[in-house]
Amino acid sequence: MPMLEVRDLHFNYGKTPILKGVSFEVDEGKLCGLFGPNGCGKTTLFKCCLNFLRSCSGSVFMDGKDVRSLRVEDMAKIVAYVPQEHKPPFPYLAKEVVLMGRTPRLNGFFGISRENKRKAADALELLGLTELADYPYNQLSGGQRQMILMARAIAQETKLMFLDEPTSALDFSNQIRIWRIMRLVAERGVTILACSHDPNHVSWFCDKVVVMKDNRIIKEGSSQRVITESTMDEIYQDMCAVRNFGRTRMVLPRDVALRNETEGFGESTLCGLHAGGARADRFLEGASGQQLKTLQEHPCSTSRPAIETSVQNR
Amino acid sequence: MELLKQFDLVKRLGFDFEYGYSEGRKILILLALMALLIFAIGIAITFGAYKISIFDVYRIVLAHVSPFSDLSNVTKLHNTIVWELRIPRVLLAVIVGTALATAGAVFQGCFRNPLVEPYILGISSGAAFGAAMGIVFSDFLLSVQLSAFIFGALAVAMAYFLARVRQETPIVTLILAGVIIGSIFSAMVSILKYIASDAALREIVFWLMGGFYYATWNDVFLLAPIIIPCFLVMWALGWKLNILSMGDDEARALGVNPEKYKFVLITLATLVTSLAVSTVGIIAWVGLMMPHATRMMLGPDHRYVIPAAAMLGGSYLLVCDTMARTLTSAEIPVGIITSILGAPYLFYLLRTRGKAMLG
Repeated sequence: MPMLEVRDLHFNYGKTPILKGVSFEVDEGKLCGLFGPNGCGKTTLFKCCLNFLRSCSGSVFMDGKDVRSLRVEDMAKIVAYVPQEHKPPFPYLAKEVVLMGRTPRLNGFFGISRENKRKAADALELLGLTELADYPYNQLSGGQRQMILMARAIAQETKLMFLDEPTSALDFSNQIRIWRIMRLVAERGVTILACSHDPNHVSWFCDKVVVMKDNRIIKEGSSQRVITESTMDEIYQDMCAVRNFGRTRMVLPRDVALRNETEGFGESTLCGLHAGGARADRFLEGASGQQLKTLQEHPCSTSRPAIETSVQNR
Repeated sequence: MELLKQFDLVKRLGFDFEYGYSEGRKILILLALMALLIFAIGIAITFGAYKISIFDVYRIVLAHVSPFSDLSNVTKLHNTIVWELRIPRVLLAVIVGTALATAGAVFQGCFRNPLVEPYILGISSGAAFGAAMGIVFSDFLLSVQLSAFIFGALAVAMAYFLARVRQETPIVTLILAGVIIGSIFSAMVSILKYIASDAALREIVFWLMGGFYYATWNDVFLLAPIIIPCFLVMWALGWKLNILSMGDDEARALGVNPEKYKFVLITLATLVTSLAVSTVGIIAWVGLMMPHATRMMLGPDHRYVIPAAAMLGGSYLLVCDTMARTLTSAEIPVGIITSILGAPYLFYLLRTRGKAMLG
């Protein structure tokens, strides 16, 4: 039985259709990428799946349970949601934000038991974020905030995790770091659905890719099958070329690819890219193998959090 | 700190000292605020326009509290001043301060905005209209207080249901609805002022400034049994309020139904605010400032902000009211003092940590 099963979702905003019969499924422990251009309905699909929008028709099953019939409290024990990074109005400490992930399993009135705090601390440690724990969350950099939100989702201990554009607005190294964390989490048995704008990221890191366009799914399957030139043409009308460098697939702008291949120096550049491809291969193997170690050896981007200057000036 | 760990109660409430969440320090601050509040009450009952020695004051209090001593050696005048005037007034100031500060903290958390005050949804204008109605048409309406309470609560209910679309209550719509409802009631207060007689007009203006002049034991007995349980429920929902302040979608993803809990919290906060407003009029700044001050001391965790703001609010309003009744021979409306003391404080906040606090 698939961990996540979406059947024939329809949603209209006023009279504009946003989702026109979306169906797909994701098996347990898989990292599934949801890929598509702006405005194709990715975020709406997320919100329908998570029951944030209650007026959409169709059905969503998570871990065999019908989402529509679940109470908010029970739903949060099955699925965790990582929103796009944002600033809350109050300066909660990073560790308090992570502790919020324990909310579905808290009982009692005022206090929070030691076990729950330990689980929050463990989640921070797993991602190598322990040294950020005592900083106010809303004064961290965007990448650090995103990683704290991932730690919160891990602390929630759910079988499913939804991530809404986790790498948008992050620099290259932080994007890769976030994807590595997602692979790490998926290998611990969590099923992940993450949406992204970057075809390379989904093809490098995801077990399965679902491609959306114009409010419906046009392709789904393994990244090798799905991220192809014909798919890219269908989405972005003759913008992209898809090349294989070693075993790694690259999506790049068509004019860049053609310029390199037609002009005389194409050969040497391609060689360079081949070498780069080999490096990328090694990198990917590293990512899928010993992430835990890698992550702990290279914790988050800067050793000192980027505290806003105004605070330093105080 | 070691001593604190012995307290079984602290442990039973689930507070813990492990994993660096520094709850021990926060509990100490709460206890210190408790001590401050009790100390402030103890001092405030000895102050007054009519000088009575501290010794006499406490003898009177003791006579009423303990079953063994009697009142035979206390003058009747002193007894009336201390027991019938000062003490209910002091207690009422504490209760109202507690109510406003708690409601302020809850509204700020629910609306995800540290600049919100309890009057944001039009309670003050509604209550002012109710009070003005009660004053102008005193023959028809039961009491000024009841009328103020009903219209204050009505204003919030109207704002809430005006903002509710498709089973959702977006914050921006809610605040706008509050502004709209507030301005309607303000306009109607102006109409009443326009048609009121001179005496009634003077009374309306006095009511609008707020004050504890007419505090009696009846007010204390009416407010305390409602405000204290409401406060306890809001405190118990403190952690849920933390989650709500992260935004609706996140709250839902973390298993806290935002519609349900926001409704409960806003209803409770409205109830205590409108009770307070209908009894003592509009007192500004307490609900805005006290949650801020406690956040600076304890951080933004509402499990601590709510009780700390309540105790600090009680102490602050008590100090302000004691000043109001003792600074000059005539009484100063307490709203003037809370504003004069409060405005520079907020200005200081804005200049020193505006960016960190207010984003």
